[in-house]
Amino acid sequence: MSKSLSHVFLPVFGGTAFVLAAAVAFANRNYGQSQIETLETRIEQVEANAAAARENAQAEANRAAELELKVEEIQAAAAERVASGANLTAPAPSHDGIYGLGRPALEEEVAAWDVDVLPDGRGLPAGSGDVWTGEEVFADRCASCHGEFAEGVDNWPVLAGGFDTLADEDPVKTVGSYWPHLSTAWDYISRSMPFGEAGTLTADETYAIVAYILYSNDLVDDDFELNNENFADFEMYNMDGFVVDVRPETEYTEWRKEPCMENCKAEATVTMRSVFLVETPPEGGSNSVMNDANPDELPVFTADGPSFIPTAAPKPEEEAAATPAVQEAAEVDETAELVSAGEKVFKKCKACHQVGEGAKHSTGPTLNGVIGANAGSVEGFKYSNAMKDAAEAGLIWTAEEMAAFLAKPKEYMKGTRMSFAGLKKPDDIEAVIVYLKSFGN
Amino acid sequence: MDDAFKPSRRAFLKGSAAVAAGSVAGAAAADTPDPLITELQDWASYTGAGVDETPYGMPISFESHVVRRNVEWLTASPISSINFTPIHALDGTITPQGCAFERHHSGAIELRKEDYRLMINGLVDRPLVFTYDDIERFPRENHVYFCECAANTGMEWAGAQLNGVQFTHGMIHNMEYTGVPLRTLLQEAGADISPDKWVYVEGADASSNGRSIPMEKALDDVLVAFKANGEALRMEHGYPVRLVVPGWEGNMWVKWLRRIEVVDMAVESREETSKYTDVYADGTAQKWTWVMDAKSVITSPSPQMPIKHGPGPLVISGLAWSGHGQITRVDVSKDGGITWETARLGKQGDSKALTRFYLDTNWDGAPMLLQARAIDETGYVQPTKDQLREKRGENSVYHNNCIQTWYVSAEGIAENVEVS
Ligand code: HEC
Ligand code: HEC
Repeated sequence: MSKSLSHVFLPVFGGTAFVLAAAVAFANRNYGQSQIETLETRIEQVEANAAAARENAQAEANRAAELELKVEEIQAAAAERVASGANLTAPAPSHDGIYGLGRPALEEEVAAWDVDVLPDGRGLPAGSGDVWTGEEVFADRCASCHGEFAEGVDNWPVLAGGFDTLADEDPVKTVGSYWPHLSTAWDYISRSMPFGEAGTLTADETYAIVAYILYSNDLVDDDFELNNENFADFEMYNMDGFVVDVRPETEYTEWRKEPCMENCKAEATVTMRSVFLVETPPEGGSNSVMNDANPDELPVFTADGPSFIPTAAPKPEEEAAATPAVQEAAEVDETAELVSAGEKVFKKCKACHQVGEGAKHSTGPTLNGVIGANAGSVEGFKYSNAMKDAAEAGLIWTAEEMAAFLAKPKEYMKGTRMSFAGLKKPDDIEAVIVYLKSFGN
Repeated sequence: MDDAFKPSRRAFLKGSAAVAAGSVAGAAAADTPDPLITELQDWASYTGAGVDETPYGMPISFESHVVRRNVEWLTASPISSINFTPIHALDGTITPQGCAFERHHSGAIELRKEDYRLMINGLVDRPLVFTYDDIERFPRENHVYFCECAANTGMEWAGAQLNGVQFTHGMIHNMEYTGVPLRTLLQEAGADISPDKWVYVEGADASSNGRSIPMEKALDDVLVAFKANGEALRMEHGYPVRLVVPGWEGNMWVKWLRRIEVVDMAVESREETSKYTDVYADGTAQKWTWVMDAKSVITSPSPQMPIKHGPGPLVISGLAWSGHGQITRVDVSKDGGITWETARLGKQGDSKALTRFYLDTNWDGAPMLLQARAIDETGYVQPTKDQLREKRGENSVYHNNCIQTWYVSAEGIAENVEVS
């Protein structure tokens, strides 16, 4: 098949490439012409001043023209190369019959690897499990990441809830609210979970866990048992929520047309500036800082260009020097401002820490009331030895200690488990401390 | 008019800075001789590294900032995460393997060629097992293709987010692959290749990433690849064997490929239901959105590549690609989409591969709103963010191929912005 295709396409492509090459060569000649014209105008101007300059310029123009000819030559040759074969290799030859490579797969081998489950339930092994057993296995093997009730810990996936949120601003896509087939849950859990110990669940355990996940989604009662017989009958909440790629009808039909080149709109205004300014220090790592820069500070563009040229942003030193004047602002406002600035900074901590009502330990301890408290003292969290030692030595999280810790956690406390590079800006540190202070106990 | 032809010397000099800068550029005179030239330098006197020092070379230390980076807070764990190609610092089209982005669902695994097995089963006459050596005995082809994660630019749906083209557009790489057409293996096993059949492909790692590919595509241009850019695949890209699915979302390019199963329906695995489906504003989800539509972005200037040289000649450079075939044209705007100029393509783009474009321009030093817009061989024109949002809303996560805008200040600093 590929062979016959190449017969059809190669001459056509060759032809196109030739026309293209000719067009490029022609365009180049024109370009060269206009460049020479510019050069000549310039020569005339220089002439008025000095004859010596004229000679130099002439020599320059000659060299430029020579180079241009050479480049034209090289480009034409390159175009020819492309025309003589667009593919890096000719297509692999089609072959009559087989190569006789590989060996027959044994039944046991196919059974070991071919474990995927199809939407209609084909592929499921015999077995069963109920909600109660599922709850136990889930608590044991899954809850540390996905939460006791499959509600998700931290950044780890949420497996339950989120019903009827798919059209909301922040849809919550879970096994219950989103997944169209139950087979997907069985298939994925049996092959890929628990994370770090994939493939260790028995079939019965998997049935039980899937039953429990359905239960945490309020899709079955607590006496529900799932097995290979009743599996295919189970209908998921969002089973009709999927359609096949509509882009060909809704988008391609509209967007396959010659675009506007000039005066395409009256003006262009900046409506939003980037939220995260990502730092890319040479040594690697990618912290980011929130950017609250205001789009109003930027010019509006029209066909005549920008409406104004903003003055350069003050350099950091100047900024620091300029702050005292601002400090007269009402103090209450300032605290409120710091708290809200701190809230933004805290986004960097959120991957590991929770704070506020209902906060739970995740990778890091909860941070309610941490300012002024003894270090390493939140119950139920397994601190590093370094933190325990510091606690025993009587470390108290005063604003100063905290600031030093947050600037460079690993330097401040060798061996801490907090793998966080640190906050670079003193302002950020101050803000996040004020923010943390705003959470009593 | 006459005056215009006989400019005063002053006016001429002034004008030349803006208009004829092409011929005066970089001509800032030196006051004192440059010691780098006039003094004997160490490297011109002492000897350098011997040929036995670096059996496999890394980029010189001065380039050590040109690396993949990840954004820690994006995911719960770096083991199930993504990093980004430093496209801002690269030129040409080929991505070196060592800095080509990685996406794993359960970490990159080490799998020896000796331990590698590829099974082909399902609706086939002869279920087979191949060793790595077997794969290398089939006729092979070389092709350059881009691989783009469906979530590339996914952070930007809700507004301008990450300030760097590496982070907004770096889930992409472009390599020259050596591999065996999938159709050859299907033929070898005597597969049922009727058009309503599917090929389910699966990896050997713990994530067991598996995807269903319709038969038509499987027979078309899919490769079972074992080399990239001339050398073995890197561990993080699926050593020793990965699937290459040209023009389609990166998740389908299954790494550590261990099994090919011919089935009579899509498996609807987790990666094609829970993930890699696109929720539209009304809450319905799009599935099987495989193709990566035409897209382009300016890589320099960009937030990580400010203009440092001031007004005068400026090379605006970027990348364009389309999962539908060749890129035929790229337009660039400096005023946020009011006026467009057609850029020069570094090379008439390969099909489903990155194409480099350049706009060689003369910067007057005024702020710019830079945009690029790709057009592919089907005539499809890369849409604006507003056009996309109008069709899909802001929650589809994947397939954001919108026109990107960089605001460039008079100081040459670029920032990720959105425009009206
Ligand atoms: C160490 C943490 C951890 C444990 C323990 C764990 N998981 Fe997961 N789980 C994850 C991560 C990480 C992902 C996402 C993987 C990815 O990115 O592909 C995930 C994904 C899932 C998903 C898919 C979620 C979605 O929306 O697509 C399901 C279902 C799931 N896990 C179920 C389980 C079950 C059941 C168990 C117990 C048998 C379990 N997990 C144990 C970390 C964990
Ligand atoms: C990558 C995860 C991670 C990030 C990000 C992180 N932390 Fe931590 N943090 C931890 C861990 C783990 C500990 C426990 C350290 C130990 O035991 O050594 C900790 C400890 C702390 C403590 C001491 C708590 C105590 O009970 O003594 C404070 C305070 C703290 N972090 C604040 C922050 C702040 C503020 C940020 C953001 C600027 C932050 N952390 C970011 C993981 C993190």
